[in-house]
Amino acid sequence: MNQKKSKKPMIISLCLIAAVYIGVFIAEQFIPQQSMLFIVLKKGAVYALVAVSMNLLNGFTGIFSLGQAGFMLVGAYVYGIFTIPVAERMNVYQYFDGGLVQFTVPVIIAMIFSGLAAALFAFLIGLPVLRLKSDYLAIATLGFAEIIRAIFQWNGLGRITNSSNMLNMFPTFNDFNILGPDGKVTVYLSTLIPFIMAGVCILLIVLLINSTYGRALKAIRDDEVAAEAMGINLAHHKRLAFCVSSFFAGVGGAMLAMYQTTVQAKSFTSAMTYEILLIVVIGGIGSVTGSVLSSFLFVACSEWWLRFLDEKQIIGNFEVPLLRIGFRMVVFSVIIMIVVLFFRKGIMGDKELPDLLSRSRKAKGRAGK
Amino acid sequence: MKKLIALVLAMMLLVPALAMAEDVVKIGVFEPASGSNGAGGKQETLGVQYANYMNPTVVINGTEYKVELVIADNGSDDAKAPSAAQNIISAGASIALGSYGSSVSKAGSKTFKDADVPVIGLTCTNPQVTAGNSHYFRVCFLDPFQGTVLANYAFKELGVKTAYCLGELGNDYDQGLINYFKEAFEALGGTVIAEPFPADTQDFTSYLNNSAAYGAEVFFCPVSVKYATAIIQQASSQGLEIPVLGGDTLDNNMVAEAAKGTNVKVIITTFYQEGANKEFDDGFKAWLNANPEMLTNNGGNDMIAAVSVMGYDGYMMALAALQSAGTTDSAAVMAALPTTEIDGISGHIKFDETGDAIRTAAFVKKINNESGEWEFVAEQTVE
Amino acid sequence: MWDTIFPYLLSGISVGGQYALIAIGYTMVYGILRLINFAHGDVFMVSAIIMVYIMASGLPMWICIPLVLLITVAIGFLIERAAYKPLRSAPRMSVMISAIGVSYTLQNLVLYITGGLNKQYPTIPWISDTMQIGAAKTKIVTVVTPFLVILLVVALVLLINRTKIGMAMRAVSKDFETSQLMGIKINNVISATFIIGSFLAGVGSILFFTNYPTVIQTSGAMPGLKAFVAAVFGGIGSIPGAVIGAFIIGIMENIIKGLDVILFKLGVIQAPLGLATFSDAFTFALLIVILVVKPSGLFGEKVTDKV
Repeated sequence: MNQKKSKKPMIISLCLIAAVYIGVFIAEQFIPQQSMLFIVLKKGAVYALVAVSMNLLNGFTGIFSLGQAGFMLVGAYVYGIFTIPVAERMNVYQYFDGGLVQFTVPVIIAMIFSGLAAALFAFLIGLPVLRLKSDYLAIATLGFAEIIRAIFQWNGLGRITNSSNMLNMFPTFNDFNILGPDGKVTVYLSTLIPFIMAGVCILLIVLLINSTYGRALKAIRDDEVAAEAMGINLAHHKRLAFCVSSFFAGVGGAMLAMYQTTVQAKSFTSAMTYEILLIVVIGGIGSVTGSVLSSFLFVACSEWWLRFLDEKQIIGNFEVPLLRIGFRMVVFSVIIMIVVLFFRKGIMGDKELPDLLSRSRKAKGRAGK
Repeated sequence: MKKLIALVLAMMLLVPALAMAEDVVKIGVFEPASGSNGAGGKQETLGVQYANYMNPTVVINGTEYKVELVIADNGSDDAKAPSAAQNIISAGASIALGSYGSSVSKAGSKTFKDADVPVIGLTCTNPQVTAGNSHYFRVCFLDPFQGTVLANYAFKELGVKTAYCLGELGNDYDQGLINYFKEAFEALGGTVIAEPFPADTQDFTSYLNNSAAYGAEVFFCPVSVKYATAIIQQASSQGLEIPVLGGDTLDNNMVAEAAKGTNVKVIITTFYQEGANKEFDDGFKAWLNANPEMLTNNGGNDMIAAVSVMGYDGYMMALAALQSAGTTDSAAVMAALPTTEIDGISGHIKFDETGDAIRTAAFVKKINNESGEWEFVAEQTVE
Repeated sequence: MWDTIFPYLLSGISVGGQYALIAIGYTMVYGILRLINFAHGDVFMVSAIIMVYIMASGLPMWICIPLVLLITVAIGFLIERAAYKPLRSAPRMSVMISAIGVSYTLQNLVLYITGGLNKQYPTIPWISDTMQIGAAKTKIVTVVTPFLVILLVVALVLLINRTKIGMAMRAVSKDFETSQLMGIKINNVISATFIIGSFLAGVGSILFFTNYPTVIQTSGAMPGLKAFVAAVFGGIGSIPGAVIGAFIIGIMENIIKGLDVILFKLGVIQAPLGLATFSDAFTFALLIVILVVKPSGLFGEKVTDKV
């Protein structure tokens, strides 16, 4: 996009984002911690990062990968393995004599390890898989995610992964709160920290997308053969995108571990990948802003706003029919189907926040296919 | 678009305003209503609901409070546990009960802990649930105890030397109980072969073949109801001759129904035997039969599951704790719990220093294959 | 040794036959629309749930079974009309996402209707009875399945090779646009494909759940995924390929579950290794090997992408 761009929308967007961060910080200090708002914000931040990382592959490079849950699993486990306090290890690895790893690393380092481990897995998986075409690639990555899950559950690796048992006791978001001398929290940071983590990662992804590499990736998405003819090394670029996306999925997995406070391989199923894919679609394939917005909307709807549909509601003397366990998810899936069928562009299409703010509507950057 | 964003932001700010009425105390019910433990979780919730029906109010410090249940479905899923727990906390519950399934209990534990809300575990038997924390209590017995009872029963009463154990991958309850069973059984001089199966398995025929190929004399499968019914039905069609042994999860009318009319012997350990407290039994059955929805949740008939009894006792324990705390403040309730005692339906309940109920007896039951009902075998104690 | 392995083979052939019936639906739809119909496994599950409720209503068996098959077919047809037809001109990824959405919706709908409780599949007379083969005891359905599968496949192959609609199907799967130009009513052909696929999934569901009679909203996911792998393994678009792939996967899966025992009996290992953990993962490992070595599957035709 080399149209003449005015700087103003960019600056306004940055101000908006800064305002959101400040808003989160203020809200956290004054709204009681019990509120569902914070659960939604924390989980939303985690999902935002994972969704953007998936969008990098599916939306910007055109690689239809369904392996996200597998890479998140790797990230979550690596984070857990390296951060469980040594004193707690006997308790966590109760059937494996305290496990093999007997040291811890700081949280940030562990998160980077998570990303690197996921990227390493991606590199290895990519060797055979990236040669495949669209839906074959999708099903092969889905298969790899299942294989990763089985490997992490295997008893033979129990001293490292605790077999199929739960990892817990590692630092979580709430451990970032600053405590006063009396043990009471003086400054709440448990929601701001995931926002900052996700924000930094998403920023890195955006920088990548807007670099030469990013433009090459978009070229691959739009037409592989033409891109190759223009001198883009397909294998190299695809591998790069795959590894980078997995790196951030791994970091996202580590954040998910912090949010959930426990990690267990069995919850990283293909259903989780589908959920993230739906978030990407609702937000708009090829829009970072869209993925972020739809993550928060998706989480808020499924965890919070629609919960009343699962309970009996009585208005006056009238008992609202149909409401019982499961109705929330029915309504939710119908909404998703409507978006998928009738609003195929999602919330944002392929536009970003600054595009929305700029007054003069530019010609669409990309002709629809 | 901008208006939409503004609206969303406005909603986010408005919703948390928690209006707490003066004379209502809330008790959270942190139970699965769907997923692989849905059936058991519903029966446990029934016990709590019945207790709430029988004791709708509680007098705390001279004021009569109405007790309101906040029921949140954790979907038998560790990933959903934190938000279900938060849902209970944000509703302003003073104390929570649950969950069926040790994994989810552990997964929700930290959320309750950080909010200073105490939890009474009803039937989560894995030791790790209460170990090393001060907010989780429990009214049932523990797996090391249950595993030993089962191993003793199998070795001494059934006279078997080789046991085949099958548990779900990633289920702390299954794996824990199998582990303790194995320790006890091997200490007695028996041989144990343990295998896992991946979640959502439906075809158990090959595992049944495995047990026969290893020459096992008992098939120990402390699994969720969903898997237990499948295993029993397939065992019947394959003509499994060795007895099926299980833990408290198998104490369920669907399991009994599955074994009805087959030749599969099913023996389990559990918390309660129907008939031990006639007044409770009759009242509970009458209540179930009066509410079609509740009857469905109980699996279609009025057989009493032991988990319902534990639900009832847990609720009564919570009321007693609220009374002795003299306030609805969750931190005060937590402080009052270690010294709270009640005479429950399942016996006298008192916590030890870890927060576990001190229990010395478990009931052994078996299924009558003709009537499809549970029969009392023995009350087993371990010294 | 044979006595040890035989029961696993028996289980494998039976479950393989049931995967085969689902796999045909996948392979036919993929052959024509180039779409992985992720909702197909859920149609299989929904068919079982419908059977549970219809049997509970007390209708006689000879009405129930055809009625269930009819409803299953109707569901398959409606899904195609509602969720895939509007996206005919959209990119392939959108259709696949729509399929994932349908799968999500069907599962949640069943969760709502059943209240999250697992349902017992009704006993169907005769095929539910137990019989003795050699040293192994099993249900009659185990033995019936492979024969029924072969019968249905022969009928299907005849339909495709000998009838007008079959010819149209072949033409559409060869070249979508050209056959449209030749006056083939694409929508009818596609509907027919979904009807056949759903019918077979319905039959498969009766056989599968008679053997493993617990139905829950996720019951279709794994069998569906495995059947799809079978379709890819055999060469997508090829019906005999799908059937053979399904049998191979069914047998391998059960052998893996019993591999510890077999190795133990052979004296290769002293204690179980817990290899049963990999019974599901193995299917996918097989898939990846075949995709890398021979992407067109065992019997598939090689296709090159044209610019």
